Formats: sequence, C-alpha cells, structure tokens
Amino acid sequence: MTAPVYNFAYLDEQTKRMIRRAILKAIAIPGYQVPFASREMPMPYGWGTGGVQVTASILGPNDVLKVIDQGSDDTTNAVSIRKFFTKTANVRTTTATVDASVIQTRHRFPETALTEDQVLVYQVPIPEPLRFLEPRETETRRMHALSEYGLMHVKLYEDIARHGHIATTYAYPVQVDNRYVMDPSPIPKFDNPKLANCAALQLFGAGREKRIYAIPPYTRVKSLDFEDHPFEPYRHDAACELCGAGDSYLDEVITDDRGNRMFVCSDTDYCETRRGMGFGPRAAPDAVKPAHD
Amino acid sequence: MYVAVKGGERAIENAHALLADARRGDRNVPELTLDQIDNQLALGVDRVMCEGSLYDRELAALAIKQARGDMIEAIFLLRAYRTTLPRFGASEPIETGDMDIRRRISATFKDLPGGQVLGPTFDYTHRLLDHGLAEEADVPTPVTAPADAGAFRSVADLLADSGLIERAQPGNGEVGDLTREPLSFPAGRDLRLQNLARGDEGFLLALAYSTQRGFGRNHPFAGEIRYGEVEVEFFAEDAGFAVPLGGVAVTECQMVNQFTGSATEAPRFTRGYGLSFGQTERKSMAMALVDRALRAEELGEETGAPAQDAEFVLSHSDNVQATGFVEHLKLPHYVDFQSELGLLRKLQAEFYARDPQSDTSLQDAAE
Repeated sequence: MTAPVYNFAYLDEQTKRMIRRAILKAIAIPGYQVPFASREMPMPYGWGTGGVQVTASILGPNDVLKVIDQGSDDTTNAVSIRKFFTKTANVRTTTATVDASVIQTRHRFPETALTEDQVLVYQVPIPEPLRFLEPRETETRRMHALSEYGLMHVKLYEDIARHGHIATTYAYPVQVDNRYVMDPSPIPKFDNPKLANCAALQLFGAGREKRIYAIPPYTRVKSLDFEDHPFEPYRHDAACELCGAGDSYLDEVITDDRGNRMFVCSDTDYCETRRGMGFGPRAAPDAVKPAHD
Repeated sequence: MYVAVKGGERAIENAHALLADARRGDRNVPELTLDQIDNQLALGVDRVMCEGSLYDRELAALAIKQARGDMIEAIFLLRAYRTTLPRFGASEPIETGDMDIRRRISATFKDLPGGQVLGPTFDYTHRLLDHGLAEEADVPTPVTAPADAGAFRSVADLLADSGLIERAQPGNGEVGDLTREPLSFPAGRDLRLQNLARGDEGFLLALAYSTQRGFGRNHPFAGEIRYGEVEVEFFAEDAGFAVPLGGVAVTECQMVNQFTGSATEAPRFTRGYGLSFGQTERKSMAMALVDRALRAEELGEETGAPAQDAEFVLSHSDNVQATGFVEHLKLPHYVDFQSELGLLRKLQAEFYARDPQSDTSLQDAAE
C-alpha cells in the first residue's frame, strides 16, 4: 500500500474551484448563506471543517496563516489546524495578527484592527440564525427570501420580557447591508461592532451544514436591537492582569479552589504584543471575589 | 500565579504518542495484520466500507486497525480519504438479479425459484458463548454447491409479473450525488437512498424499529434479502461501451409493504428498498423500512412520525457529522461561556437586589 500524495492545501483543484465559486457568490450577496458541496475533511465536523475548506481554497503559497481558537494561537484545535496547513500547503504561519494575510478563527475577532490585505475566515457551527426558532431548513430559507425576520425580534423581545435584558450573549444576530439576518458565528457580542465597516474581507464557512457566507470589506453590519433596548457589547469590567489592557475581551481564569480568579486577555497575541511594548499589570490587581459570599 | 498557557503543540504531540502506544498495546501480543481484520472481522470491514462509502477491504481494515476498533472513527477515516479521490462518474446500475448468491431468503414464500439459500448467517445459531473459540481450532471445510445460474429472480419481480406490487419507477438515468451537491429538500428518492446507504446503522435501526412499533407503521414483509457478488460496469465514453470494473459484495433487501390504491389505480403492494456493501443485513433491512416510511407523503399516507420526516431523518443519519458535532463540545468554549457568565451574574445581581416584598422589578423591565 503506497502513501497517497495530497494536493496543495489538501483539496483537489476542482473542489477548490467549486468552493471559490461559492465564496464569490457569497461576497456578491452579503450575508446570504450559499450552499456548497462540503467535503469530508480529515478533522471532525464541528471542529472547523468549513473554515478549513474556505482557507484551503483561498490560500496561496505566499500567504501567511494565523489560526486562533478562543482568541488564542495555542489552543489545541488552533494548533492542529495550523499544523494541517503547514503539512499540506507548507505555508508560513504566524501568531502575530499584523503579519498574517489569512486568519482562521473560532469564536473571536482579533483585538487588533484588520487591514484590506487580510482575510478573516470564521469557523461556523450553525450558520442559520433562525435555526433555534425554526428547525426546518425549508422554512428558514423561505423566511430569508421574504426577509421575514419578525420571529427573531419576537425572540429578543421575549428575552427582555423575561430577563430584563436580551439573553443572547454570543452568536448575536446581525443584519448585513440592511438585508440578510446573519449569524456572526459564536463570537461574544463584544466582537459584533468590529464586523461592521471592517477593512478586511470576512468569510464564514460551515462544513457540516454545507454553507458559506461573507461580509465584503466596508459593509454595514448592524446587531439587532430595539430603540429602547439598544445593543450593548459586554465585557467584564476589569483590566487584563497580565498586560493591563482595559479594552480587550477577557478570559476568566480560576486560580485556586478558594474562589479566586483573575482576568486576562482572550487574544493572546494582543496581550503578548502589549507586554512586549512594556505594558504590565495595573497597580495591585484586586482578586475578584465570588459573587455572593 | 497564572501565566498565559504555552505548549499546546508539544502536548498534542505527546497525546499522539500515547495514542500510538495504546493502539499497539502489550508488545508481547502479536500485532494485528490487515489480513486478519479483513478475514476474521469481515462484518466490521463491511460496515466500515458501507458507511464509509468506499469499497476497499484493505483500506477499511487499515481504518479499523488505526481506529482501535472504533467503527465510527474508522468510517470517518475512510470518508476523509475518499474526499481526496477523483470522481470519474457513476457506474451503470448493478443487476442484483445476476448476483452470485451466497445467501438469499424470502419471508413471503415458502419456496420459490432458486430456493431459500441460508448461507453464512448468525440467524439460526444459539447465542451461547463458544468457549472453543478462545483457542485456535481447526474449522472443517463446509459443504457448498455451485450457484444455480439465472434462477434467482427477485421476489418483487415475481410479484410485479402478476401486477401485485408497484413497478419500480424507472429513473431518468441521472443520479444525484450528495457528496458533490449539498442535499436540499424535498430530496428525490435517489438522494434519500444514497443518504440512507451511508447512514448510521444504529440510527436507521432505531428509526426502522419505531415504524414497527407504530410511529409510521407500514406493514412490511421481508420479500427477499440477498447477499452475494455483483459485477460493476462503467460506461466509458471513449470506448463507447460499458467496461467491467470488478465485483462488489452487496446485501439487498426488498420489503413488500401494504397496498395502496385509488379510484383509478388497483390496490398493489408497495416497495421499500435497501442496498448496502458487504454482508450487512441489519443495515439493509432497516434502510428498506425507512425508505418506505419516507415515501409516506408520495403514497398519500398520514405523516408525522419521525421516520417519515425526510428533513429529520436525512439531516441526522450521518454518523460522521453527528459524532463530530456532538464531540466538538470537548473543544474550548471559554469565550462564549464567559459571555454567559457575565449575563448570569448581572441577572443574579438584579435578582438579589430586588425588594423581596415586591415582585414588580422584572415586570417593570419588560415594559
């Protein structure tokens, strides 16, 4: 038995062309979910196969790839995907946001503003923003076609009626270019404003669900809300305890079994870059106390 | 003191080394060969080829070895490999009527042309652990007879001769391929059958069982189940004729189901069809029952049972998709969890700040 020889970036050229056609269509109709013949990849469905196929289709030999998961370059799945492209495409990789031409991400938008020379590829588990309101694809496609988004507003209103707040904290739905309601993938809603008017091309790949969609550069993207309950991005009110950043999204890390915890940047490149520039913890960070003791 | 975690790459390499070690197990035990798996775990190989959608016993055996016997993992390995293969086209329809029969039974006729051929089956064994198998033992050569060429017309065809069962609807020659085009609804029967043939045996088994227990009952009889080798031919454009590619072993199940009829049509039995690679009878029978259940709407029957819901069945039958998405919950979700924690703390703070005598604060918020 001889070992198979794989094409550049794993996928054969025919498949890449098929995916590129889907990407072009997605760019032409911002926020619209384009069905594509997703292939079986050598990583499991739900682990970024959509993002991997999009990346594989747009990657060229001179690209520099960055892969993040939860904002970090060093989480297991980010490492695994980065290694996959090192092995199959032999492209250069980086952890520095500014040096990357293609950034594949799961669950975060980098803190550093992106440029026109960059493409951000999101891994998407469930591309359909209406899915949890209507489980049938036949129905949701019709609702999109007719811009019938009342159900989504009712859901958000019911949240307010029940909790006093919109209870969606991640994968917060947006409307793209005043037309399609779109799932921004499970990024925290803190990241939602960065999708709007972004200089970089944003591509979304859902492998298991076989959908690709896009936000072209400099496109209007609005998080759904109400006049009297405007959209509010959430971030924990603290500074990063490693680099002192007061504007980044924070991970909460439990430091012992007595309820102590600390908050650090979820974007590890942002945090490291700041520390490299000499930023450090702000004066004597108070340990955060558990909520009700 | 927490420092930003580093070393994911090395940890992963170490985990892979541990996996390779665990796969090999005790080095004093001889290593499994692919021939051993192919020969002695043949039904496992059959299942992996069937749900992996790739007919190659050696690769399937390799996948089973690499997957440490985890069948869904092995199916996944084969599917991922299949992605890298070029697709030349679709073969000519196989003719199961010309099958080299190794087993063929009918539950609807006591005897029929060709007869009942039991073949290698667990069906009539007593499920008593055979401790003799714990040791190597000589196995006597079984008695066989040469195949009775041409005498094995299908039961469904025999019924069709006398107009008692619906004619198989002729296709238009074009068959869909859901590995090349995303599935959309409503899905034609070709795509439904392809989906079921690749679908998880356990899932189809449970759905088929549910129809028998009344959730979409369709009164089935196992008209015929046959297993054996058929020849596969491919129409070569250049040559202008069909060339044989080789043989594959398949199991075919033709279910005969309760009649339908209308003011203009005489009542007839209807069909449910199952076809799977290798000797995979449970799969093929389950497939035939679910195929028939999915025809409920076409046949004007009452619908509403899970097995009759094409979007439900076809969207959840693929075990590679299912296992990926279920198991992806193992991946980090720190970021989203943090968002939820933030909201939950806010809601709790509001709850505890509320005057216990008054119940209005949340009401107010809603208005």
